[in-house]
Amino acid sequence: MKYSGFKVLWEGLKGNTGWKPLWRKPDPKKNYDIIIVGGGGHGLATAYYLAEKFKITNIAVVEKGWLGSGNIGRNTTIIRSNYLLPQNQPFYEFSLKLWENLEQELNYNSMVSQRGVLNIFHSDSQRDAFVRRGNAMLMSGADASLLGVDALKKLVPFLDFQNSRFPIKGGLWQPRGGTVRHDAVAWGYAKEADSRGVDIIENCETTNFLIKNGRCYGVETTKGVIKSKKVGVCVAGSSSQVMGKIGINLPIESHVLQAFVSEGLKPVIPGVITFGAGHFYVSQSNKGGLVFGGDIDGYNSYAQRGNLPVIEDVCEGGVALMPMIGRARLLRTWGGIMDMSMDGSPIIDKTKIRNLYFNGGWCYGGFKATPASGFCYAHLLATDKPHNDAKDFLFNRFERGRLIDEKGQGNQPNLH
Amino acid sequence: MLIDHPLLGPRDASEFIYMGDAKLLNRPNWKSQNSKTKFLDYGYLRKNPAGVHKELWYHEQGDRSWLVVTRNTVTHEILKVELARDTKGK
Repeated sequence: MKYSGFKVLWEGLKGNTGWKPLWRKPDPKKNYDIIIVGGGGHGLATAYYLAEKFKITNIAVVEKGWLGSGNIGRNTTIIRSNYLLPQNQPFYEFSLKLWENLEQELNYNSMVSQRGVLNIFHSDSQRDAFVRRGNAMLMSGADASLLGVDALKKLVPFLDFQNSRFPIKGGLWQPRGGTVRHDAVAWGYAKEADSRGVDIIENCETTNFLIKNGRCYGVETTKGVIKSKKVGVCVAGSSSQVMGKIGINLPIESHVLQAFVSEGLKPVIPGVITFGAGHFYVSQSNKGGLVFGGDIDGYNSYAQRGNLPVIEDVCEGGVALMPMIGRARLLRTWGGIMDMSMDGSPIIDKTKIRNLYFNGGWCYGGFKATPASGFCYAHLLATDKPHNDAKDFLFNRFERGRLIDEKGQGNQPNLH
Repeated sequence: MLIDHPLLGPRDASEFIYMGDAKLLNRPNWKSQNSKTKFLDYGYLRKNPAGVHKELWYHEQGDRSWLVVTRNTVTHEILKVELARDTKGK
């Protein structure tokens, strides 16, 4: 189905009777070239780029729940490329470039809104660190500028500039960052993958892998056995569960991250703002709710809900940064399961079983990576070689001691 | 979550720092065969179960003891709390 302004007008006149479902509900075939386990944002993006860029269309995406029921629909929708390390930053900048063209490419309104990402700093040494980060961003081809207090007072006058404990000294500003309507990303990729012949099979849990002589040749699912030449796992928070079925332990712990939405308010927050002295970030949705979050709870969890101490901590951070939100009422909180890797960076790699591939360990940064993760995973699945922008996201970095530790915290996932 | 400390009684989990899988108590011997593989496993690889999990909690805001807590990661229910020194080597 093609969307256009004309189509919207025409359907308006016809009482919106001509809209069709965006993807089919096929039964699985016996054989595919590639099976992707996990129909979240990354899995659907992988299927789309395999079909579009690598011309492989005999693909099934098998999803345990309904499409978009996982983290693609539970995140805080931020896109940005403000990383420091040379293994990370080019990848996220590649992702941001794909975001910028996503709606035209998918012919689907995913509300990509480049309203800017602002990281506030509160001390001289923190400014130095942000200058360094900004330079790393510029070197990768991204945009970054350092704003002083005067510029901030024009842009975000409501911040607590004179906070006696954490006075605001300035901010690192990435105008091309912003937010995206998260569900629409899954729907857009699903629509375009489906129209190229990809079978999206919902409510179909992968229960085991078919392995013979060290080679994977398909999966067992709740809808029967499906064979394929290659299998790509892409299941975020459930990574350890799925790979554990064949006895593979991953460098991953699953943790719960909470997110929050306030009641709807008039437009007050221009972009995404992060607090430099605690963990708090906020943006305002198009419906007016403040969407915000902070740290993970810090213990292994598959519960999809967190506990109260982190809620208190996040709200304290918010009020310290912008006291005006103290009166906004919290509408809703929820939790998602993060596949926290040991160094805080992702993995897109082959496994020790031939024809079985793995994509995971995105920690709480998977949403912004969706297009590039899909593209690079498609590249690996199609060519058996890592994409140049994801060439360091390999399993063997742990045994080689070449960790990609953006925060410099060591192998403790709850500190990343 | 409330952690029923063996010495102090029920304490709020926010007094503790979570230090990961209790397998970290059993550090491999660097002189053993395949110690490189064993340290890769020790340092980085985790079972990460959905269900019962034995894990280390450090009582930083309290008596600084190390506890081994057996907890269900799906429900957050705490099943058993022991002092780490009592479980070491078991």
